[in-house]
Amino acid sequence: MNRLPRINLNLVAVLLALLALLAPLQSALAHKPSDSYLAISAKGAAISGQWDIALRDLEYAIGLDADGNGEITWGEVKAKHADIASYALARLAVRAGDSACPLRATAHLIDEHSDGAYAVLRFEGECARAPDALDIRYGLFFDFDSQHKGLLRLESEAGTLSGIFAADRSEQRFELHKRSALEQFLNFGHEGVWHIWKGFDHVLFLLSLLLPAVLVFRRQRWEQVQDFRPAFWDVVRVVTSFTIAHSITLSLAALQIIWLPSRLVESTIAFSVLLAALNNIRPVVEGRRWMMAFAFGLIHGFGFASVLTDLGLPRDSLLLALVGFNLGVEAGQLVIVSVFLPLAFMLRSTPLYRRGLMHGGSLLIALVALIWMLERIFDLRIITLR
Amino acid sequence: MRLTRFPMLFLCFGAFSVWAAPYIPRDDAVVLDRLPIKASDPAGRELRRLRAELLADPRNVETAIRLARLYFDLASAEGDPRYIGYAEAVLRPWTALPDPPGEIVLVRALLRQYRHDFIAAMADLERVLGKDPGNVEAISWQVALHRVQADYTKAREACQRLAATATPLATIACNAAIDSINGKSREAHNLLSAALAHYRAKSIEYQQWVLVRLGEMALRYGDKSLAEKHFKDAIATGYTDGFVLAAYADLLLDANRPAEVMALLSNRESSDVLLLRLALAAHALKSPDAEKHIRALADRFSAAAMRGDRLHLQEEARFELTLRKNPARAVKLAAEDWMVQREPRDARFLMEAALAAGDAAAAQPALAWMDKTGYEDPLYRELASALRKIGQ
Repeated sequence: MNRLPRINLNLVAVLLALLALLAPLQSALAHKPSDSYLAISAKGAAISGQWDIALRDLEYAIGLDADGNGEITWGEVKAKHADIASYALARLAVRAGDSACPLRATAHLIDEHSDGAYAVLRFEGECARAPDALDIRYGLFFDFDSQHKGLLRLESEAGTLSGIFAADRSEQRFELHKRSALEQFLNFGHEGVWHIWKGFDHVLFLLSLLLPAVLVFRRQRWEQVQDFRPAFWDVVRVVTSFTIAHSITLSLAALQIIWLPSRLVESTIAFSVLLAALNNIRPVVEGRRWMMAFAFGLIHGFGFASVLTDLGLPRDSLLLALVGFNLGVEAGQLVIVSVFLPLAFMLRSTPLYRRGLMHGGSLLIALVALIWMLERIFDLRIITLR
Repeated sequence: MRLTRFPMLFLCFGAFSVWAAPYIPRDDAVVLDRLPIKASDPAGRELRRLRAELLADPRNVETAIRLARLYFDLASAEGDPRYIGYAEAVLRPWTALPDPPGEIVLVRALLRQYRHDFIAAMADLERVLGKDPGNVEAISWQVALHRVQADYTKAREACQRLAATATPLATIACNAAIDSINGKSREAHNLLSAALAHYRAKSIEYQQWVLVRLGEMALRYGDKSLAEKHFKDAIATGYTDGFVLAAYADLLLDANRPAEVMALLSNRESSDVLLLRLALAAHALKSPDAEKHIRALADRFSAAAMRGDRLHLQEEARFELTLRKNPARAVKLAAEDWMVQREPRDARFLMEAALAAGDAAAAQPALAWMDKTGYEDPLYRELASALRKIGQ
């Protein structure tokens, strides 16, 4: 007779505990004046953006709480998506010089800010040409809330600008200073350096090919080279082949002469890392690693090209960007090599190098590359670090 | 390789907690937000009625004033500044005129002082009194603003003018509030306390206001238990106001009774002013909630800074001083706060921050204020003498 009530009590306790967990979430919302958060990104002539607008303000403006119970549900918001988009976008005008850049809604989401839930409106637009300056007119909610503000973050080639729209400052101009040719060149160079440093797959491919440079494979095992000179020239051969090869395909792809599907490119890059690492454990192309560097360098070039296109290529200075980015990649590569070579040469006779790095390290690289390859072929997510 | 760019993007967005990650809710029934006032509540019905009336007759100045005042009352009761923006927008057709009606200017003054735009609010009050010198409400607000800015001579003058038209209780309270800051807290307390017993307060709000003042006066001459009694009576009037809760919470925090603050302010996190007290209490209790409250406060201060608001400088200074252990920043904020607001509490936290930062010079304006007023509160006097010691 005792059991049943006890179970019920536990259930009640669990429910109470759940309620207690939920309660602070509900009441911890801040009271603050009304703001909307507007992020706009201008890339060439294309405009894209995200606009976070408080549900509470939208409720006041167009009415969301259809059943009038004081709670706004996702269903109620969804039913008003078209109204939200037309209400909001009618109150935001982006112009480039004398021509408008019409905006259209592309997605509706939800986000939490310190004072409650916000409708997230994503949008896109197109200007007639890449603008030198954007004139933005913001008119959301000023008609019924004189303290409302629109907090803008504008990202463009010129960097990040911010602005605050208020009832008495509803129209503002943002100069998107075009960078000088030198600034653009340096900027793309910088991106190139960072890309090679952060693109672990390129670094691992290169390192796998360079690890044996201070060794020779004799009598079924790796032995150290006596002289620095052969090691140095081996490195030069590998790096130069890799550079020439990826420069060729990077240029061809960036100039849109040839194109390969990115999944194929990415998977093959992973495959190249796997092969290069396995070759250190059981050498197949021992003396001709520069050929391998060249062959796969061609594929890595396509990978670089996709990054370059992601950065938004300036139409008027495509060549400049291309050369800058490529030189940046080479510079980044040179730094890695100049750190690697003296260290490797110094350590080449140690067991750490020959066992630990050549075998253990290569095995680890091969394993990571295998996982990347599977991920990229089958579009999975196994490890998150890339 | 597309993916290698993600960490950078993530970092950029992570730096702004206001730009968190948007999502699509699981299903249609998920409640995303609860409105502060239901359409079916009495206040909700009144709001809807007034709004509809104004929509039908947009030139009706009386309706506009009633609606704007209702918004102002809601903002004061809930500590929710959105209503201030709504109220200002309601008044806009008239405030845009070269010579708006006096009542409109008066309501605009209340809204402006809420936003700590004291200079513009004062100009509005003077304009109202220029046409209607006996306007009790305008004079009372003038007194309050002079007092907030520590201009006691002008505050006293305004009290004199009040005597002609206001109730005896209001006139006594007006003078007592000033005297109690200027070295006569016990006399002021006893006079006001007797007056409250003799004359009835005109409303619960006013009764509560007088009780809070009495509590503050008792604290100034060091009678903490009497102060506590006044604050408790003020809360028992049942009128919702964040101001009395903040005053009582400060007393409890000073008396090292943080657990009672937690109980007093549970469910009042919406207001920055009260959330700060809650965070201080949680911190003193080493409660796991402290971390959560501190993060929430940091978010709110940065959101306010993004829109260019500096409404709660005193709270931000206390936040940096005690919860962030950053006395240098606390001094900066407290000094900035003193430029806008000069109530006793503003002086106290300027002194505390300066003492913690070992920067006696920064507290100079507060020390000068202590000298000029002869402010009696023992806690303040200790702070001042400690600062004078390190300043030598």
